[in-house]
Amino acid sequence: MEPEQKARDGYWKGNLILIVVLLSIWFAFGFVIPYLLGPWLNQFTFLGGPLGFWIAQNGSIYVFWILILVYALQMNRLDQRFDVGE
Amino acid sequence: MTLQIWILLAVFLTFGLYVGIALWARVSTTKGFYVAGQGVPPFFNGMATAGDWMSAASFISMSGLIAFLGFDGAMYLLGWTGGYVLLAVLLAPYLRKFGRFTVPAFIGDRYYSSTARVVAAVCAVAVSFTYVAGQMRGAGIVFSRFLEIPIGWGVVAGMTMVAFYAVLGGMKGITYTQVAQYAVLITAFIIPAVGISLELTGGALPQVAFPQVATQLNLVMEDLGFGAYTSPFTNLSRLDVMLITMALMCGTAGLPHVIIRFYTTRTVRGARWTGVFALFFIALLYTTAPAVAVFAKFNLLDTVVGERYEDRPEWFRTWEDTGLLEFQDKNADGIIDFAPGAMRDPASANELYVDPDIMVLANPEIANLPDWVIAIVVAGGLAAALSTASGLLLVIASSLSHDIFKTYVRPNASEREELLVARGAMLGAVALAGILGVFPPAFVGEVVAFAFGLAAASFFPAIVLGIFDPRTTREGAITGMLAGITFTAFYIITVAPGIGIGWDPWFFGISPQGIGTVGMLLSFVLTFVVSRLTPPPPPDIQELVQRIRYPRGSGAAIDH
Repeated sequence: MEPEQKARDGYWKGNLILIVVLLSIWFAFGFVIPYLLGPWLNQFTFLGGPLGFWIAQNGSIYVFWILILVYALQMNRLDQRFDVGE
Repeated sequence: MTLQIWILLAVFLTFGLYVGIALWARVSTTKGFYVAGQGVPPFFNGMATAGDWMSAASFISMSGLIAFLGFDGAMYLLGWTGGYVLLAVLLAPYLRKFGRFTVPAFIGDRYYSSTARVVAAVCAVAVSFTYVAGQMRGAGIVFSRFLEIPIGWGVVAGMTMVAFYAVLGGMKGITYTQVAQYAVLITAFIIPAVGISLELTGGALPQVAFPQVATQLNLVMEDLGFGAYTSPFTNLSRLDVMLITMALMCGTAGLPHVIIRFYTTRTVRGARWTGVFALFFIALLYTTAPAVAVFAKFNLLDTVVGERYEDRPEWFRTWEDTGLLEFQDKNADGIIDFAPGAMRDPASANELYVDPDIMVLANPEIANLPDWVIAIVVAGGLAAALSTASGLLLVIASSLSHDIFKTYVRPNASEREELLVARGAMLGAVALAGILGVFPPAFVGEVVAFAFGLAAASFFPAIVLGIFDPRTTREGAITGMLAGITFTAFYIITVAPGIGIGWDPWFFGISPQGIGTVGMLLSFVLTFVVSRLTPPPPPDIQELVQRIRYPRGSGAAIDH
């Protein structure tokens, strides 16, 4: 296999792993925690209100933003490491 | 100065600003008309995406819907923000590398078929049109209430505004007018939220203040015989809430007018940062919206429920005139009673009807904020409706002129003819959407949710599989898109109560807002299976799919 092709495979594999990790967290905060655990989490108090409610209506949004930020930063590093960037 | 004058001043100044920018940036070539020559930095591109994205549904309608849904309203908040994660990691960078102007152009090239392109163009028109119809209603509510004209004329006023600068400015105008519109709408949303937060809790940050107000609201609601505001699944089933969330998320990632924004940066890197900035600017509104919902509900119950109808406040009277707020003294005691059930249902003790779409607009009045704040909210609501409408009209125009007219009808059409078709398409769409604005099929936020369901069921599978699975064939993609959008549209039309057919939800009791998820799964399965049963894509296409995985050599988006 040509070295260039090897680098490309490594880059794509790194990209896919990152996607799987980020989307697992996305699913946890988009569905599992607010809707499946939300009712149970409501027994705890956060900022003077029920915790499950807060995560469903505010907390998860902050997590989503962090996920996109992490993706942009990590992909820029991958671009440089495998030298496929612009 | 009276409220009326403040409102006219705010609307006049902000519109002067948008039209000024549109004129300043006026462009005459088709390339500039569509994607502003790709010279927009990610920060401003993110802001324009946010302005494009946040429509009358987010600004006017959503908080009101949440106020009546309680916990379950999270589906709008999570659905309309979580979709950006999908968009950022699954689609945007690759579509940017692929370098086509529009989603139908991407579909046409990736699936080596002008039939696929036309199918995608038709889907884009259907999705965008549904969405625009919601915006016209939103703009109509604002105009009719504050200019005190009937809702029909309100819609006409909104149509005129949209048509004027979308046709005049093109995309370059739209990119920078949308930056300005974002600034106006976010200011208009946050100022009253902070004002009410200070009034109710003494704390300035609505995001920090709202959980404690929600706890107080729980007590008030339980006193009135309702479930607690913060208890889940009181209005919709858990399944429904989850399916609606998923449909909104995947719809976000498949929306043609949002995807096109990622072509306005120079590089793949720029496309990634556009996503980061876009969700930041969107989250400013989306983390404030649940607070606005709680505050509005709390103030509404606090100021009118249990009070004498004779002594009702001024805002109550003016909204009564629009027919969007009603009181019926069922027990003839002169007191406004609020109870579970619909006001129009004689079996219910409820005497009060409040249209959710008025909550955000009425909120500053209910809280007794100064007139200039109310004026800013009106300007913000219009900015939200019109910014999104112009972005969507652009998609309709480009789909019809680029993807259907130039590809199919007249391949050697001149730029002039193409622009003419684009502008004609915009005007036609505005007129049709106006009719749906006068006779709305559902609340603004719900109509917009239908558009997302359609987008999720048609584009999302074709684009994701097109990027990640080189074996997906044109037959697979065409079958998937057609089946997904047909099933979803048929379900919405037959089940949504405002349309008039009004069947019971016949597929596992799923609401029309959530059916897009089912349509999308159907489309994924069909696309995958049919692709395996048909001959593989030509080698050059398979190689193309490999190439878009690596950012190098992205160059400018290709216009064809």
